[in-house]
Amino acid sequence: MKNKLIEVKNLSFFYEKELVLENISFEINKGDFFAITGPNGGGKSTLIQLLLGILPLQQGKIVYHNLSKDDIGYVPQNSNFNLDFPITVLDVVMMGNGTKHQNHFFFNVKYSSFEIACAKESLKKVGMESFLHRTISKLSGGQRQRVFIARALCSHPKLLILDEPTSNIDAKGQKEIFTLLKELNKTMTILIVTHDLGVISNYANKVLYLNQKGYMHDLTTLNFSIKEKEHFCEVELMQMLGKEND
Amino acid sequence: MIEALHYTFFQNAIIAAILVSIASGIIGSLIVVNKMSFLTGGIAHSSYGGIGLAIFLGLPIFWGATFFALMGALIIAFISFKQRERIDVFIGLVWAVGMAIGVVFVDLTPGYHGDLLSYLFGSILAVSKSDLIFMAILTLVILFFIHRYYREILAISYDSTYASLKGINAKLFFTLILVFASLTIVAAIKVVGLILVIALMTIPTYIAEDLSNSLYEMMIKSSIISITFTLSGLFLSYKFDLTSGAAIILISAAFFLLYLAFKHFFIK
Repeated sequence: MKNKLIEVKNLSFFYEKELVLENISFEINKGDFFAITGPNGGGKSTLIQLLLGILPLQQGKIVYHNLSKDDIGYVPQNSNFNLDFPITVLDVVMMGNGTKHQNHFFFNVKYSSFEIACAKESLKKVGMESFLHRTISKLSGGQRQRVFIARALCSHPKLLILDEPTSNIDAKGQKEIFTLLKELNKTMTILIVTHDLGVISNYANKVLYLNQKGYMHDLTTLNFSIKEKEHFCEVELMQMLGKEND
Repeated sequence: MIEALHYTFFQNAIIAAILVSIASGIIGSLIVVNKMSFLTGGIAHSSYGGIGLAIFLGLPIFWGATFFALMGALIIAFISFKQRERIDVFIGLVWAVGMAIGVVFVDLTPGYHGDLLSYLFGSILAVSKSDLIFMAILTLVILFFIHRYYREILAISYDSTYASLKGINAKLFFTLILVFASLTIVAAIKVVGLILVIALMTIPTYIAEDLSNSLYEMMIKSSIISITFTLSGLFLSYKFDLTSGAAIILISAAFFLLYLAFKHFFIK
């Protein structure tokens, strides 16, 4: 019981009259590398938005155990950003602090040395310390995503939620991000939305397959090698798809 | 040319050009990074409804334009929160209905309306003391707003969902940006006219965006570029007796084309 971070109970959600999530229940424990997968339109982003409190609850319950809003770090999809926007890595990372350290009545454009030190600390964790004053548009997709992870780390979260963090990123960049997430998982819980079965079998200990309904699997109870686990994921997920067609 | 600087009306025009350029450089930057140019066009043109109504009722045109521009901004802000995916339709509606109201009221008012052309195409040389006071107060309020709430504005402009998660009231700040945009439009109408106002708010900012590493830098550069364009246009319009708005916009467009050519040939 002590290890529980989030409990989702009988969660359902409608967009206007269309049912998007139906009676979803699952638990996220401290230290989990929790993956959510499923087809586009299956309700993954809706579930994330409900967990983050962006969407209001309609039916069911979400219970947070010793977890405040500030304890949750969020990394949105990589493709949703305006690349022409003139903004530095420092500016982006500092957004993770919100307006917490804003003290001046009139001038809040420059950052204090304390704030810059915080930003550097977060960037160091993702290997991007030397990019502090670089413009974000001059970074590669993988580097940019690491900056967004640093932004989420700024508030020292207990839970890191990532929504398809490697979409539109090359294979090398993807590998770097997952290696980083594995490292971060030593000190925090990870919740990731991904289509990549390889990622699920290599890194996740739990997987929720979501297509309106939810199907939970605890991968740690399966005594397989990674290769077998990957095969298992594919077969199981195919079967789940089959079940829905029945 | 130098003798013009001795005339009060020309000095007023220079002050107006500088004040409006600072306001439009800052607010124009926010419009461009938030991809709200079309939306601002809707607000600008909706103000014509207020101009027509003011002429019909015999009220000061300036207040009619201000009221309609503010209403246009608030309506567009309200609809964009409710039906963001169809916002283009509603902007078009506000744009066209505002213009139509203005045209009908002008039709219903007997006589010739010389003032109307100055609102459509600008009359910076005829700027009054009360216009200058309005521009000065607006510029000061915008400067305070930007410096006090820079981080909130930066966060909602770059990633509004994340900003909301961090407790920033994104809807309030978007509405405030639109309100300041509508007031800046009303001030800029005096300089370039409502038909051309969007060009003043977007051409300098487009160039500045390209040359900047941060939103703050973009606002400063955009204001400086805008001052250069408006003062050049002002001198041109005085020298050759041209309509000020058209002169300013043509100067801006010429600089813009030169910049694009320079970028194409000399910058990788």
